Amino acid sequence: MTAMPAPAHTDALTGAAKFSVRDLDFYYGDFHALTGITIDVRENAVTAFIGPSGCGKSTFLRCLNRMNDLIPGTRIDGTITLDGEDIYGPGVDPVDLRRRVGMIFQQPNPFPMSIYDNVAFGPRLHGIKNKAQLDEIVEQALVRANLWKEVKDIMGRGGLTLSGGQQQRLCIARVLAVQPDVLLMDEPCSAIDPTSVQKVEDLMADLKSSVTIIIVTHNMQQAARVSDETAFFLQERQGEPAELIEFGRTAEIFTSPHDRRTEDYITGRFG
Amino acid sequence: MGKRLTNRIAVGVLWLCGLTTVLVLGAVIVYVFVQGIGQITPEFILTAPHGVNAEGGIGPTVVATIYVTGLAMLIVTPVAVLAAVYLAEYAVQGRLVNTIRFAADTLASVPSIVMGLFGFALFIEAMGLGFSVLSGALALSFLMLPIVMRATEEAIRAVPRFIRWGSYGLGASKWQTVSRIVLPAALPRILTGLILAMGRAVGETAVVIFTMGQAIYMPLVPLDPGRSMTVHLYTLAMEGINMDAAYGTALLLMVMILIFNLSARWLAARNRRLKG
Repeated sequence: MTAMPAPAHTDALTGAAKFSVRDLDFYYGDFHALTGITIDVRENAVTAFIGPSGCGKSTFLRCLNRMNDLIPGTRIDGTITLDGEDIYGPGVDPVDLRRRVGMIFQQPNPFPMSIYDNVAFGPRLHGIKNKAQLDEIVEQALVRANLWKEVKDIMGRGGLTLSGGQQQRLCIARVLAVQPDVLLMDEPCSAIDPTSVQKVEDLMADLKSSVTIIIVTHNMQQAARVSDETAFFLQERQGEPAELIEFGRTAEIFTSPHDRRTEDYITGRFG
Repeated sequence: MGKRLTNRIAVGVLWLCGLTTVLVLGAVIVYVFVQGIGQITPEFILTAPHGVNAEGGIGPTVVATIYVTGLAMLIVTPVAVLAAVYLAEYAVQGRLVNTIRFAADTLASVPSIVMGLFGFALFIEAMGLGFSVLSGALALSFLMLPIVMRATEEAIRAVPRFIRWGSYGLGASKWQTVSRIVLPAALPRILTGLILAMGRAVGETAVVIFTMGQAIYMPLVPLDPGRSMTVHLYTLAMEGINMDAAYGTALLLMVMILIFNLSARWLAARNRRLKG
């Protein structure tokens, strides 16, 4: 794949900012991991975070649903707002935040329970007990995750019996079942087979009309295929914090980047 | 000596040492089996002994053994599992937690006769529970506590981090994650630990002789005294009353413990299959 497709929805660029991040610095204990990150992530668009390994893009992603709170000794400066509300403000419960901002991990992580129970886990957590209502939610989530046809007759089977790619889509269905506004995807395709990659990319295109998607990926062709906007992160020197080097429309980043470091990276000169 | 010869000798020695382990186990099993198999009949297992030489069966001791072990399980499981959840999930890792862990490991190595003496002092003399199944179960639970707690802690720690993240990522609180995801995922390993602890309890003699007594009655309520199979075996053999019944009891004990160990292995294997 050499030609860069035009973003499917260029009008997304005029959409409202879902996340607004200002002057974000992030620390793991004494280690200063990110510095000066300022970015607006558009609503109902796909935004890709790219950059070499260890450039802090996954760390930044986990700031957006306060997943880093689970790691002892982490600290954050600056502000992140979601729909204008400071997600690190007093009175914000990270548990409620994570329900609005769902997350997909690199390693498919179905729970050791049936396919149905995996998808119903979130809704049950939030108090839905009615069987018919749960059935409806589970089916819809699986349809949206492009998995329904493959599993509709084996709902009682263990989630771990599925193939890796199916497991990943099951995890996507599990997140969609709690109706998140935002989907954070941390290298969702790096551990699954090519057919499933295709299905995950297709479902991203379908979902973005209703969900804001942020994807971290090592695969630049994938970033070019699926995203409307792209952010390039880089840690220039070992031991120094990573920065956001360039952010813009995907077509522009990949065809005429403004920064030489971006150009070097996407043309494969390092990373 | 050439390299090849040295190598062959070394392998031979290793092989012999490995073989010794199997031979010792085999010898014990074969000996007890040959001596005891003639005794094993439904009557032997189910009926009570009678007469001065303890003829007849060992029914009450089988019941007392299962009773005291089961009761000890009921006591130890909630305490050990909740302690392990606290240690693995909630406690701030540091000196206190290390001290608790060290205490558990040391508790596991206290000689069982000392535990029996302590159980006698605490439950019979201080608390007045008498020689009883309850006293025996409480004392046995001290013995089982560290085994079950450490097994549970390991089981909880073995649950992959990314499975917890999946749960947190859906807006689950810590307790929801622990109770609905982590503990169910850890359950097979926890059960394995419990079964091994039960095997240990079934084979225990010193603790129960001090706390449950030697009365050969069928225990009904937890405050009844009773004689475990191990104590019965000890009494029969040491006083030379009825060696046949002693070997029969020994064989039955070994079969019970073998069943415990095999089911623990089966659980562990099944668990691997499910995860694989």
